[in-house]
Amino acid sequence: MNAQKKLKAEEKALRSGGRSLLQKFAAAPHIVWSVLFIIIPLIFVVYYAFTDRDFNFTLENIKAFFGENYLLIFWRSVKLALIATFICLLIGYPAAYFISKASPKKQKILITLIMLPMWMNFLIRTYAWMVILQDTGIINSFLGKLGIDTIHIIGTESAVVIGMVYDFLPYMIMPIYSVMTKLDHRLIEAASDLGCNGFGVLRRVIIPHSIPGVISGITMVFVPSISTFYISQKLGGGKFYLIGDAIETQFLANNLHMAAALSFVLMVILLAGMFIVDRFSDRNEGGFMP
Amino acid sequence: MKKKSGIISNLYIILIMIFLFAPMAVLIFFSFNSGKSTAVFEEFSLYWYGVVLKDSETLNALKNTLILAVTSTAISTLMGTAAAYGIGRMKKRYLKSAVMSVTNIPMMNPDIITGISLMLMFVFVGTMLGLSDKLSFWTMLIAHVTFSLPYVILSVLPKIKQMDNSLPEAALDLGCTPVQSFFKVEIPEIFPGIMTGAIMAFTMSLDDFVISYFTKGSSFQTLPLLIYSMTKKRVTPKIYALATIIFVVILILLIISNLSGSKDERLRAKIAKRKKKEDRENTD
Repeated sequence: MNAQKKLKAEEKALRSGGRSLLQKFAAAPHIVWSVLFIIIPLIFVVYYAFTDRDFNFTLENIKAFFGENYLLIFWRSVKLALIATFICLLIGYPAAYFISKASPKKQKILITLIMLPMWMNFLIRTYAWMVILQDTGIINSFLGKLGIDTIHIIGTESAVVIGMVYDFLPYMIMPIYSVMTKLDHRLIEAASDLGCNGFGVLRRVIIPHSIPGVISGITMVFVPSISTFYISQKLGGGKFYLIGDAIETQFLANNLHMAAALSFVLMVILLAGMFIVDRFSDRNEGGFMP
Repeated sequence: MKKKSGIISNLYIILIMIFLFAPMAVLIFFSFNSGKSTAVFEEFSLYWYGVVLKDSETLNALKNTLILAVTSTAISTLMGTAAAYGIGRMKKRYLKSAVMSVTNIPMMNPDIITGISLMLMFVFVGTMLGLSDKLSFWTMLIAHVTFSLPYVILSVLPKIKQMDNSLPEAALDLGCTPVQSFFKVEIPEIFPGIMTGAIMAFTMSLDDFVISYFTKGSSFQTLPLLIYSMTKKRVTPKIYALATIIFVVILILLIISNLSGSKDERLRAKIAKRKKKEDRENTD
């Protein structure tokens, strides 16, 4: 009996040894792929950013970025992306909250509806807004019929922000919603039992618990907003550049070293931003959930 | 009091829905316009649908999009599932977290940087090899596999972690070889995750514009790239007709997958419930 058991254990060990070999190599193609097509391309960005056309080391590209022109573009991109993110949060937070309060069946339908526009290509979504906002578009022909002066929206920064909010709003709603559905309802009950009113529950229980969702929502809206080039071209009327437009222009002009330098700076700034957000969220979590 | 807040929340959600769907409605409405104007509706007509469906450029782009999506989905699903399997069983924690952080880079980076970085490498390597077409179908395929991989891995990985380890062990005890146990026990167990990952990879490939734009070859045009070049020129309701067709197809696919998905989910919920009951009985 004992010998049999021993044999079995040995056999098992042998088999699991074979299995672990399979397991070890299962991830190998992916690791090789990641090095070749994720890490090395990023090294190329740095390499191109700090070299000239003959691949000699230079700081000219980075210096050009700190010229007046690019700094202005960069500042505008940050500003518009921040405004769009803030508006998304303002609109999206209550939406996520209300949806999480609905019955499970209704929740499922509402979430499908929120995600539905995301299935439409973002070029078409943006383009639809161009049709709506243009000077001869729906809004203005409607206003004209009412006898009100037409408004000029297309080609302004507001139009670009509207486009960003529209395109990326679901990215704000989804993570907040998913955090809120995980909220333990006994906590809310306990808070009201202990004398919190509706506002107190919101401030002391719901908002602190939804912070992780809010943070991923903010990054998911901010990152595509700051790097967009199509929205600004279509809704900004090509009148002002964002950092994405600048990168595209350099790419089309075959000035790859400048395109790389701009991408490099964008990457560094986003990394710094994420680092700050991470630190901030860590501290928050510690504070709220001791 | 409760009723009042219900009205407010319903009203708010309705407003959000109007905001989200009004542009689509406008688009679909004007796709049936007989004239060229996108502000004045002249007469109901299917003229622009005829134009789109007869347009060889559009049909060719559609074919290319599907070829690219199917191949990139197949490669990324295969490689991603294997990777998730390997990552899920990794013993060394630092290795695991290193692989995961690299995997997540294309998800965290803006698309434009993923596109530019791949393009720079392709151009550099292509120049070194002396290729005339440095960017082609193949570079686009590599790009699509690269940005799909994290989504496949992140869909499969939780299923591998959830999997009861005694299942493959039981299979081995009952005389399965490791390969048999992998295909007969483990694959069926993680299959829902593989499907979710594959569907995500497929739709992301269909939808991608930015990364394709920077890694595209001159001879291979996909639908999003075509839409981009169309919107650069003058506005015609042709684009609206095309958008409406895409929208309706997606809607139908969603409804079908939702119907089958909800069935699947119901089953899973049932299983989860039963498991809980068992657990409770065991602990009692």
